[in-house]
Amino acid sequence: MSTAAEASVSREHGLELLRAMLRIRSFEDRCYRLYGEMKIRGFLHLYNGEEAVAAGAMQVLEPADAIVSTYREHGHAIARGISMNKVMAELYGKQTGCSRGRGGSMHLFDASKRFYGGNAIVAGGLPVAVGLALAEKLQHRRAVAACFFGEGAVAEGEFHESLNLASLWRLPVLFLCENNLYAMGTALDRAQAETDITTKARAYRMEATAVDGMDVFAVEAAVRGAVEKIRNGGGPALLEMRTYRFRAHSMFDPQLYRDKAEIEAWQKKGPIITLTSRLKSLGLMTEEDYQRLEREARAEVDAAVEFAESSPWEPTSDLERFVYAESVA
Amino acid sequence: MQNLSPDPAVRITYRDAVREALRDALRGNPLVFLMGEDVGCYGGSYAVSKGLLEEFGPERIRDTPLSESAFVGAGIGAALGGLRPIVEVMTVNFSLLALDQIMNNAATLSHMSGGQLSVPVVIRLATGAGRQLGAQHSHSLEGWYAHIPGLRIAVPATIDDARLMLAAALASPDPVLLFEHLYLYNMEGELTPGLASVDLDHAAIRRPGTDVTLVSYGWSLYKALTAAEALSKEGIEAEVLDLRILRPLDEATIIASVRKTRRAVIVDEGWRSGSLAAEVTTRIVEQAFYELDAPVARVCTAEVPVPYAKHLEDAALPSPARIVAAVHSLIGAGRSD
Repeated sequence: MSTAAEASVSREHGLELLRAMLRIRSFEDRCYRLYGEMKIRGFLHLYNGEEAVAAGAMQVLEPADAIVSTYREHGHAIARGISMNKVMAELYGKQTGCSRGRGGSMHLFDASKRFYGGNAIVAGGLPVAVGLALAEKLQHRRAVAACFFGEGAVAEGEFHESLNLASLWRLPVLFLCENNLYAMGTALDRAQAETDITTKARAYRMEATAVDGMDVFAVEAAVRGAVEKIRNGGGPALLEMRTYRFRAHSMFDPQLYRDKAEIEAWQKKGPIITLTSRLKSLGLMTEEDYQRLEREARAEVDAAVEFAESSPWEPTSDLERFVYAESVA
Repeated sequence: MQNLSPDPAVRITYRDAVREALRDALRGNPLVFLMGEDVGCYGGSYAVSKGLLEEFGPERIRDTPLSESAFVGAGIGAALGGLRPIVEVMTVNFSLLALDQIMNNAATLSHMSGGQLSVPVVIRLATGAGRQLGAQHSHSLEGWYAHIPGLRIAVPATIDDARLMLAAALASPDPVLLFEHLYLYNMEGELTPGLASVDLDHAAIRRPGTDVTLVSYGWSLYKALTAAEALSKEGIEAEVLDLRILRPLDEATIIASVRKTRRAVIVDEGWRSGSLAAEVTTRIVEQAFYELDAPVARVCTAEVPVPYAKHLEDAALPSPARIVAAVHSLIGAGRSD
């Protein structure tokens, strides 16, 4: 798939995808440090290594499409176009955060981007995505509900119930499984009798494809193909993005369950280094281009940190706001 | 309400009142749809939605698989996506399979998103005991749900509320759980002529009195009214309060009544420990302690999974006799003032 995609890749598009991934990587690396500085608290799940999935998928998804995500969603949020300022401010717990400090890392929201969180219950977002798709269908709109979840979610009943319902009602849902091989510390083959997730989806009569989730072109092409079919009434589809997280599950994880050698092997297949060398070898990008993109990403993150630092706290007198809908302000 | 006859003699069952409410909602707003297990072809497990599939078609009367979590969650997603879903959960015990969606999504999304999202889903659940359905179909868990910020908990006990509460729930931007007591479906009564709407804010005094307040809701309301009749023959005038809304509680109406009567008995089909009855009691004690002439008493379901055999089930549940006995314990059988 990559070879075909490469044949038609332009410098502009290649750099755009690289830029999208570098923005996420830069953001996550900074989050890692900010956690050590105790600026960010709570649980923090970083997306390093999985950037190709968010960057590739968001290239295809349109503003009218609805996005449902998991607790490892900084990358999805940023690639979706939620400003880094608002995301960083949320991690700081500030009023200017995209959830006004009530969500934190695991609960990023932006209604204007149709970004419905940030769900920290594994598989808890899948039924919601099914409902969002039902709303599209019943209102005769053409948008797709795209639902990100990890491979750990396939062990939950909600995964099976949701795939069945989406398929039964032929709803426009794109299930995007980010298979990074570990549900916290439990390897897929220690949790599932059938480790091929596409097989599970096909059992619900749903088209399902495994994709090299480290290859941003492959991700983009697969999502494009799936979304086109879904939009044309083809019913839901599942894409299993085979990827890997380079960092620990969260900041409290000593990673006793996997070898350093395994991590190093996957790092060699990392989405950013492989795209970089590919673009260079195709003569579409220079080292200076790369340095510039990285610099720009870091500058954007710096500005986001500055924004978060200087933002006000939500007053505690507003603690109980938003539990119920407020009448229009 | 215009299509409803204003004839004061109109009698209707609770079941038909709910069905008429559904029909109105479906006719009045194309964004409204009903989904749940056996709501369509079967006509509803308690026959509430009988005939609606024929009238509104399978797009709007959607039979679901036995996947409570998925279809309740889909109701939440559909509400986020602009629809006004009515989700029927066959029995409150089954709602536990969807508790993740109700608690972690419906109740939290508004707050967790800093007010960007609201979830205008209505979830209808059959609740309660009295039909010998055993421990997995007979519980009253509405008090549990009333623990959760972000939800509105409504319990239609009267024919008017059965007929009109759904519209109020659909008009709310928040998730509303409507608990229909399964024992009430066959109850017949008259609609109040000219009554076009009800609110989701206030408790109601169903029988005025001066000597004791019986706080109740759902099926228990009728047990309280029966007890009040019996007490009246002894010269004890009980005020019967129908909570209607378990969250947010209408404290003002409860406290005003207790300040007047100076005594309260809480009648709750839930279990006593950690119950809604405990919450109501505490609020009375917090706000009207010095105006009480007696401790607050409670009549709740015995702390057992509701049993099957009729005599055991009856013994487990609140009854008029137990309510009368509770009132006697506060006032004394030989009261003379």
